[in-house]
Order: sequence, then C-alpha cells, then structure tokens
Amino acid sequence: MASYIGSATSRIDGRAKVTGEARYAGEFNVPGLVHGYVVESAIPKGRVVGIDTSGALEVDGVIDVLTHRNRPPMADNDDAYKDEVATEKGSPYRPLYDDRILFGGQPLALVLAEDWESARVAASRVRIEYQKEPHVTDLHAQRDTAFAIDTPEKPRGDAGKAFASAAVRHVAEYFIPTEHHNPMELFASTAIWDDGRLTVYDKTQGVQNVQKYLCGVFKMKPDEVRVLGPYMGGGFGAGLRPQYQVVLAVLGARALKRPVRVMLTRAQMYALGYRPASIERLALGANSGGTLDAMTHEAIAVTSQFEEFARNDTGWGNLLYKSPNAKFEHRLVKLDLPTSCDMRAPGAATGVYALECAMDELAIALNTDPVQLRLQCYSERHQGEDVPYTSKQLRECYRQGAAEFGWDKRNPQPRSMREGSELVGWGMASGVWEALQMPATVRIVLTANGHAEVATAASDIGTGTYTIMAQVAADMLGLPIDNISVKLGDSTLPQCPVEGGSWIASSVCNAIANTAREVRGDLLKLARRMKDSPLADAGVDDVALTDGKIVSKRDANRAVSIASAMLSDNAERITREETNKVAEDKSHARNVHSAIFAEVKVDEELGVIRVTRLVNAVAAGRILNLKTAHSQVMGGVVWGIGMALHEETLFDHRFGRVMNANIAEYHVPVNADVHDIKVIFVDEPDETVNPLGIKGLGEIGIVGVAAAIANAVYHATGKRVRDLPITLDKVVQFN
Amino acid sequence: MTPFQYARANDVADAIKQIATDPSAKFIAGGTNLIDLIKYDVEGPTRLIDISHLPLRSVEPTAAGGVLIGAMVPNTDLAYHPLIEQRYPLLARAIMSGASQQLRNMASTGGNLVQRTRCFYFYDTTTPCNKREPGSGCSAIDGVNRINAILGTSEACIATHPSDMCVALAALEAAVHVAGPAGTRTIALADFHRLPGNTPQRDTNLEPDEIITAIELPSKGFSANYSYLKIRDRLSYAFALVSVAAALELDGDTIKDARLALGGVAHKPWRSSAAETVLRGERADASAFARAADILLHGAKGYGHNNFKIGLARRAIMRTLGQAARGTPQSNSDKKIR
Ligand SMILES: Cc1cc2nc3c(=O)[nH]c(=O)nc-3n(C[C@H](O)[C@H](O)[C@H](O)COP(=O)(O)OP(=O)(O)OC[C@H]3O[C@@H](n4cnc5c(N)ncnc54)[C@H](O)[C@@H]3O)c2cc1C
Ligand code: SF4
Repeated sequence: MASYIGSATSRIDGRAKVTGEARYAGEFNVPGLVHGYVVESAIPKGRVVGIDTSGALEVDGVIDVLTHRNRPPMADNDDAYKDEVATEKGSPYRPLYDDRILFGGQPLALVLAEDWESARVAASRVRIEYQKEPHVTDLHAQRDTAFAIDTPEKPRGDAGKAFASAAVRHVAEYFIPTEHHNPMELFASTAIWDDGRLTVYDKTQGVQNVQKYLCGVFKMKPDEVRVLGPYMGGGFGAGLRPQYQVVLAVLGARALKRPVRVMLTRAQMYALGYRPASIERLALGANSGGTLDAMTHEAIAVTSQFEEFARNDTGWGNLLYKSPNAKFEHRLVKLDLPTSCDMRAPGAATGVYALECAMDELAIALNTDPVQLRLQCYSERHQGEDVPYTSKQLRECYRQGAAEFGWDKRNPQPRSMREGSELVGWGMASGVWEALQMPATVRIVLTANGHAEVATAASDIGTGTYTIMAQVAADMLGLPIDNISVKLGDSTLPQCPVEGGSWIASSVCNAIANTAREVRGDLLKLARRMKDSPLADAGVDDVALTDGKIVSKRDANRAVSIASAMLSDNAERITREETNKVAEDKSHARNVHSAIFAEVKVDEELGVIRVTRLVNAVAAGRILNLKTAHSQVMGGVVWGIGMALHEETLFDHRFGRVMNANIAEYHVPVNADVHDIKVIFVDEPDETVNPLGIKGLGEIGIVGVAAAIANAVYHATGKRVRDLPITLDKVVQFN
Repeated sequence: MTPFQYARANDVADAIKQIATDPSAKFIAGGTNLIDLIKYDVEGPTRLIDISHLPLRSVEPTAAGGVLIGAMVPNTDLAYHPLIEQRYPLLARAIMSGASQQLRNMASTGGNLVQRTRCFYFYDTTTPCNKREPGSGCSAIDGVNRINAILGTSEACIATHPSDMCVALAALEAAVHVAGPAGTRTIALADFHRLPGNTPQRDTNLEPDEIITAIELPSKGFSANYSYLKIRDRLSYAFALVSVAAALELDGDTIKDARLALGGVAHKPWRSSAAETVLRGERADASAFARAADILLHGAKGYGHNNFKIGLARRAIMRTLGQAARGTPQSNSDKKIR
C-alpha cells in the first residue's frame, strides 16, 4: 500500500465544506434560539454614566438587554480570565464587567431578541451616556513612553562599540502598521444552557482553552461546560484567546435560560486583537570582508493599557546570522486599544521584515550580492544559545530558490531593468520560524471492521489538520484513508493545546504514532495468542500494520489480518490514548527556514506595483501533505504580498477609532494582485526534532515575503520604502 | 438600524405615487449600497419601494442614433451588451473596472448614479459629518482623507462620488431621464451630481420623489480611441484613487474632438470644457495632453493624505490620453497598467 504521508492527499473535509454540510459556530440552530447583538462603545476611553435601554426594550421581539449592571454574576479576579494564551503581565479584559471603557468598540450592552434583525434594530436604540477621558492610540506620538520588557535573546559583546567602529554601517527604522486578521468567518458563539450545564459552539483555535476559561469566568465545574468548534473559517491567531462574544453568549444563555447566539459584525471584529503596529530599528555593522560585527535590533510595539502582549520580534537575527556583538531590545507602548495578539508568524512577520530589509541595505552598502551576504554571515549554530540546529537546509533554500528564480541574471544596479513603462526589480529575503511541539493526546478507537476513529481536542482552523491526521493514522494503522474518521474541536476529547505557533501537526502526528504503536501492541498480543500464529515470537517493533494486516517486518509472508486477530478474541474495539513526547532537550535549536525571491514591476510614472513572480523555497522538515502544505505556504505568500503592499488598519487618532473597519476598505490582495507563485519544499530529513521529523508549516509562508518585495521595489525604483504598506505614493514623488 | 416596510412598485407611475406620499420611503434597486447604509445606520428609510422588477431593463437604439439604457439594467448586463461593447466601449470598460462581479450583477444603472460617497466618516455615525448630519462638521478635512477629493471641494465637505460608470457617462455626455409627480424631465449628466458647497447632504439634483427611468447616450461613442484608466490601492476591487475617462476623435495625428473626465477626485465626475477645447486641433502628443491636464486640474487642492492625487491625476490623464490616442485602451483584465 502506498504511503499517505507526504502525498498530495485532498482534504477529507473538502466535500463537507463546499456542500455546506460542515457547520461553523454561528450555524448551529436549536429550537428557541435567541439572537444577541452587541452595542459597542462609541468612545475609546472613559466610563459609562448611564445606559437607557427603554427604547430597545420596546422593539418587538426583544427579550432583554444585558449591561454591566444587570448581567449574571462573573468572576471578580484576574486569574479567572487568564486563558492559556493570556499575557503573563496584566489584567485580562472582562467583557461587560463594569462601567470602564478601555477601548473603542468595546461591548457595552447585549441586546437579546427572538431574531437577529430585531436585536440589531434595538441595539441602535440603546442610549449610552459617557464620561470621556483623554485617550492615546498613536504609536508614533507615544513612542517616548515605551518601556523595555525582558527578551529571550541576551546581549553579546558590545554591539554599540562594534557598530561605531565597523567598516560599513547601516542603520534605519522600519515601520509596520496595525493589521487585522479578517478571517472570512465572523466571530460567533452559540451557547446552550441546559439546567446548569453549558454547551457552547465557538469560533476558536482552542476548544479546551475556551472551556477552561468559561469554567473560570462563570465558576463552573469542568464537566458542566462543553465547548465545540468542529470547523473554523480562518483563525490566523485571532481565535487563540477566547473572544468576548463567547462570554456574552454565555451571559445571555444564563440570564434567559435559553440558547443564545452572538455573532459579531465585520466592523465589530476590528475591536478584537490585531497585529501590533511596530517601529523596528536595525543597526548592522560589517567589516570590509562582508561579515557582521554588530547587530542591534530594537522594536517598539503596541499593547493595551491593561496587558503586556509581546512576541519575539528582535531575536531572529540570532538564528540567521553570525555576529560577535549583538543586542536586542523589545519595548512596548500602551495605548487605549484592545490588547494586541498573535497574527500569523507573530513577531517574525514584522521582525524579519525589518531585519531582511536591513540586510539588503547592508548588502548594497557593501556592494555585495544579497544572497552572497547571507551566505557569508550564515550561522550553523543558534548564536544566542550556541547550539546546533536539529536541521537547517537554509543554504539549499537559497540555492534552489535562486536557481528557480534565475537570480544569477540579476543586474545589481537599481533601475537597471525595465520592460515598457515598468521598472523591474528583483529582491530576496530569508524566512525563519520555530519548529515547536506541545504535549497533545490522541485517542484511537480501532473497530473490528477495520475502521478507526482518531480523536483529539485540536482545532482545524482551515489548514488541513483533519486530513494530515487521517493520513498519518492510515499509514500507522495500515488502513485505507477512507476507513479513518477524525474527530476534532470538542473539549471532551483528549487534551490538545490551542492551534497556533505551527505546532499542531508535529504534536498530534507524533501522538498518533505513539498511540498507533500501542494499538499495534494490542493487536500483536491477540495475534500471538492465535493458534499456530506466524507472529508468535514477534515483538511490537518487529511488526508493522500494513494493508489491514499485522506483518512481520522481516518476512512479509508472516502476517495476520487485523480482522482475524480481533475476531479471535471477540474484540469489538481496541481503544488507546497516548501523548507525544516533547523533548526538554536544549541541546539543539529547532527551526524552519525559507528563502524568498520576488520580482516586482513598478510603473515608473504612476507607481503602481505588481508582484509578478515569487519563489518561496521552504525547508520545514517532513512535508506531510504536498497539497495542503503548498496551499498553506501559498496563502502565506499572498498574505505577505498584502503586508507589503496593501494591509493597514487606518486610525483616526482624534477619535481613537478604526476608520476602515470593513473589507472593502481594509485591503488584502485580490486575484489581480497575485501572479506567479512557486513553492519549493527543500528536502530536510530530521530525526532529532521529533520521531516523525515534522517541523510545521503554518507561519513560515509569510515570513520574509514582505521584505523580499520591499527589496525588489528598491531594486526596481531606487527608492527605499521602509514604512509598510508600500503604496504608490510612497514610491513616486507626485507633486 | 431602522426597521422598514417593504413594497414592490407595480410600474413607474406606482413607484412615483408611493414615494411621493411617503417622505421617509426610499427606492431600492440592487440594494448594494442602500442596504449597507441602512445597516450602518447612515440612512433609515421606514419604507423600501422595490423598483428592481420594473420593466426598465432594455438597452435600445434611439432615433437620434444613440442608445437608451433602462435604469434597471444590471451593471454587468450593460457592460456586456453588444451595443455598448461595440459602440461605447469606454462605458463598458469603466463599468468593468468597478466593484466585483457579484456586485456588478446586482447593481443597477440607476442605483449606480445615486450611490453615495465612500468617505470613511460618512459611514461612521460616531464621528461628525456634514453630509450625514448637516452642521456637525467635516471630519475628513483634517482626518484620514486619502480617498477624498481634491477638486470642487468646500469647507463643508471633501467627499468624492465613487462611481466609475458615471465618469464614462460624463465623458460621453449622457443624459438622465427622470420621472416625478410633475412629469418627466431630462438632466444632463454634468448637472446630475452636485458640488458639496454648503449642502453636502444633497448629492444630486434628483428630487426625492423622482425616479430615474433611463440613461440616454448620444450617438458619438468614440469607439476607436478611448480608454478608462483606474488607479487604486490594489489592482482590482477597490475604489479609484484617481480614474480617467478619455475619448478622442482623431484625424491622423490631429485631435478633432476630445472628452476627458476624472473620477475619485471630486463630488462629481470632473470635466472641464476648456481642457477639452485645448486639445481640439492639436497633435495628440504629450505636450497637448499636459496642457489639458493642467487645465483640468486647475485649482486642485490636497488635504494631507491625498496631496499625491494631484500629481497622480496629472500623470494618469497623460497616460490615459496616450492609451486612447494609440488605440490601446486599458482593460480590467490586464492585471497591469498599459
Ligand atoms: C464593496 C463595494 C465595492 C464597490 N466598488 C465600486 C467601484 O469600484 N466602482 C463603482 O463605481 N462602484 C462600486 N461600488 C458601488 C456599486 O456600484 C453601487 O453600490 C451600485 O451601483 C448601486 O446600485 P444599486 O442598484 O445596488 O443601488 P441601491 O443600493 O439599490 O440604491 C442606491 C441608491 O440609489 C437609489 N436608487 C436606485 N435606483 C434608483 C432609481 N432608478 N431612481 C432613483 N433612485 C434610485 C436608491 O434609493 C438608493 O438611495 C461598490 C460597492 C460595494 C459594496
Ligand atoms: S468629506 Fe463630506 S462625507 Fe466626509 S466627513 Fe466631510 S462632510 Fe462627511
């Protein structure tokens, strides 16, 4: 039987999704469902002095309006609100808790009605009286208030001194604006209250995280709360932390003792988390030979007034480049906004953008080819920890990416290549992310008819988790993939962390392998007990499960069918649950890498930019499914195009409000913006990272893409734009 | 959001009767703009009169050699109509550059004319906006105004009219047929949309109880030398930062007749007869185009974020006129600027 692992298997949930059979959190209809509509704060900071709900209550179909004054009880301590992904420092936001307004768009009331439209009509009749307080929402205006936080990367040598005496220097500031995730699916929760027990359908990347959170917030026992989220229409990090609508839905359900759904509007989703705007300063010093002497990376990023969210923006240089002197600093600015949060490749998308643009600028200052500079500075060891990598095929990424792209034909001179009215530019960048693993438990139930159910509380946020799990289980159990069913997104299933950080594939697949080994052991026990068993003297690692049989690895003729082994003992099912082993081992660095090569064409007069060609060569350990992996990286690349050219949450700081809170005006790339994207997976066998050699792919696709495009824009136009997004007015001086 | 009653109009007369008797009623055609406005609480009609089924769906040649387009013709049907594709390709291209396929399928010809501005503040009821709430102030003048106007603005409002179709209609000198309680009348497209002045709340000169029944195109379609170029922040599905409709009638190298209109820069499609006059009789070259651009952009004023539009518009005008002169019109399926 051919192996499923590594093949381009189509999504096993594809049919359910395109036929609408797959149901999302806002699509679970139950009799008597009540619809909740959120009334948000019109001001970014202050207090609620009065709420007049009388007009809303007069609307036909309205049942009640909940506010901080009349809501059911909630926990009153921070710990209860700290979910798995909560920031270490700070007090998590408590929805509908009290009269304080911490950010614009904060929910202040929940209208509950028999139908969605009535709730919405009534919501616009809720009158709120505010006491305003002065607010701040502008990172640039507040940068002087930035305070440093601990970063994992420690300084080395004296970066300041080394920079000052370096033969060639580059120093600059880069800026990445606030970005929002904008998943297609709107955030929604359906809470069903049944005599003290709660079932919640939620749009989340972690059903168990939400379950624990709700137990804390509502002081309920674990077995009283069940959270389900079988499908997700995009998460990208926005669904890592429980979002406020789930609290509101439960409040409504508890208040009315009826099932309640709360679905946010697109505009309301701009008051959830976001990728923090950040100012990134890079100071690189090189000796005349073209190797780094000094590397300083400082970031100033946005968080809320009440929590300190930060990700590693500045440490990536330690993974990519040797430099005897290095310094990293991460500072935060507190603004009157919701807490920033993870968004695809948090920290790296922004930090590596700045780093890889700076490296490009240094290459120009050194008059060296950008790929060559990276090879000269290439690090075989994690510079901070001084340990080797479990594997690092980044050199191959550069080589294969460059070859596919045709990099050797590049004329290094800016503005040297043109085609009609367009300037042509070629740029490149590196990408890097972590290969993480978290403990996850998988249950396998093998039935005598040769079917297996594989279950864990993971979420498939659209990446293909259902499919890769079925592939791995099919291979490990020796069954056709159609005989495997995968159950996810239910908090009552075996333990699994939130779906983030690119760790789910490695975690759950290694757990499947461990569980399958136990199942195999059980089957072998049965087989060995059979009369004249050909496997009588075999141990569990001497046999494999193949084609529905337990087969000796040494002699394929010695085999027992799974069905007959189970029948011999009248075993109807074998159930096993195992966890992956997460190495505590600090002797290696675990990372995925990529090299991105981009071609842009820029209309010389009009400044219109097109990314006409892009190659992303990725080394990410074992690729489980070529099809979903390809989609995953391609999606990351498209997002990178958006980051480079389009995405920006526009604020009016006078009002502390987002002005383009809709997907007509918050631009992401459309088909016309996307041309040729080539994804290469560089072979990277790795038995050290984990038994299956899986490194994960969720984030790496976007990392470095914006830098490659920005570098290409420079090469095309001779104009260095460091503030994203690169819009036409930034590349051409019009007036 | 305000709840509304829904009623279908049986015919044009019925539509007029219904709207005339209820000042808080509104027509709904494709609904692609009005429904959003209702959801954002920007507009709150208590009655929607559905005119989408009225028999105003034909595209017919007129006795005068032009074409009469029913107000309910969907944008897509109009763009693909053989009469339009062949004789008025400028209009077809302008329509195709707007919105998305799904929106164009729903959007009507009449509704496209009456669609409202995309100014961010207009849609955010927590902020002052003279167009939404006369006298409350204009947040855009000192605010996020990348998409706002540079021409024909007033201290009260710097909004733009967002339509692409209307820019082509302006260049083609279309006329709008309307009907009301007092009978029918025809409004030149140039007079249909207003400048904001002190009454930014009024976008057009259509009376509240009037219905658009048709758009009439005169015979001249400039089908040989035309182009519609739309510059925006992504290559499709975005409103124009600046758009240009250019149409030329050439005699060899010499311009016999010219039409030039801008979108995305003013409260109405922006035209100037002087800019077109200066082109007539000239050679179709860069220096003539530059002179026309200077005239058309005379008095342009930026408000901060949109300062770049002035220079961008100038270059876009020159490019578009060049495309028109060469007979290589921009196409929305190009994925590049020609
Ligand atoms: C996301 C998005 C992107 C868009 N992008 C573009 C773009 O790039 N370029 C572009 O040009 N447009 C764009 N549009 C706008 C779109 O073209 C308009 O919404 C559409 O043309 C309006 O037509 P409708 O029939 O749907 O009007 P409706 O929404 O039904 O009505 C709009 C207004 O017109 C009035 N009305 C309708 N018909 C008549 C009539 N016959 N007589 C009198 N009054 C009438 C209605 O009462 C209402 O006030 C976009 C819209 C959206 C939502
Ligand atoms: S420009 Fe016009 S629409 Fe925009 S805020 Fe000012 S008054 Fe309102």
